[in-house]
Amino acid sequence: MSQLTKTENRTADTKRVEYVVPAVNLHHDADGFTLEVEMPGVRKDGVEITFDEGKLTLTGHRAAPAVSGKAVYTESAGQAYRRVFDLDPTVDSENIGATIEQGLLTVRLPKAESSKPRKITVG
Amino acid sequence: MSIIRYRTPELAAWTPLDRLSPLRELLDSAYRLTGSAGLSAWSPVLDVYEDAETVTVTVEVAGMKKEDFDLSLEDGALTISGKREAKEENRESFRSERFFGIFTRTIALPAPVKSDGIKAAYEDGILTVTLQKADEAKPRKITVS
Repeated sequence: MSQLTKTENRTADTKRVEYVVPAVNLHHDADGFTLEVEMPGVRKDGVEITFDEGKLTLTGHRAAPAVSGKAVYTESAGQAYRRVFDLDPTVDSENIGATIEQGLLTVRLPKAESSKPRKITVG
Repeated sequence: MSIIRYRTPELAAWTPLDRLSPLRELLDSAYRLTGSAGLSAWSPVLDVYEDAETVTVTVEVAGMKKEDFDLSLEDGALTISGKREAKEENRESFRSERFFGIFTRTIALPAPVKSDGIKAAYEDGILTVTLQKADEAKPRKITVS
């Protein structure tokens, strides 16, 4: 899988939207790829995964923080997360699965059966 | 004083920056020192909130188990530490941007707090620690008699 990533800073109406680029681990095994994306503050309903023209876009919108009081010290960006990947053509895009647990989004990208290694016997 | 390496003329534009390189090396070595001592390999993001009654500290760290956090309060400083375990490694890794292992964050609280009644919750990858302010730190209304 090629790992071209970028941050898209503009929406269709050219209003500037900034995203946090989340940290990612990408693993590969015989049956496919696994992406682990860090999106603390994002719940299941805030995750948006789209696949279009070979690009997998992962967006995570933060749930409103349930913290009282005013911020006296801030390090977090507080913005939504977004990261775009160019998918390898061997990935079976119909069977992409995702789960989110404690802010860790795990995306499973299985390989299509036709692209798995096969043994060909001489007949 | 260290000797500055000779630069070819086409790189001459960088010469003023090169003067800073001994300083940069010094800073880098200081970084390596803390890293090797295992004090803190990585630092998750931390926020502090305050209202009239409470001080709330949040730490953003995805994919932990709640039993892997450690909290301690001493002299008005809250220390949050933990260990994030990496999953099984019998697979090929194409990209590794996530940090694993031990982290520690210590922060001086903006107001004195009670040592009891500290609540901590871990949800959606955010650890939220709520501390009750000590009575002397709460705002009081004084009526003129």
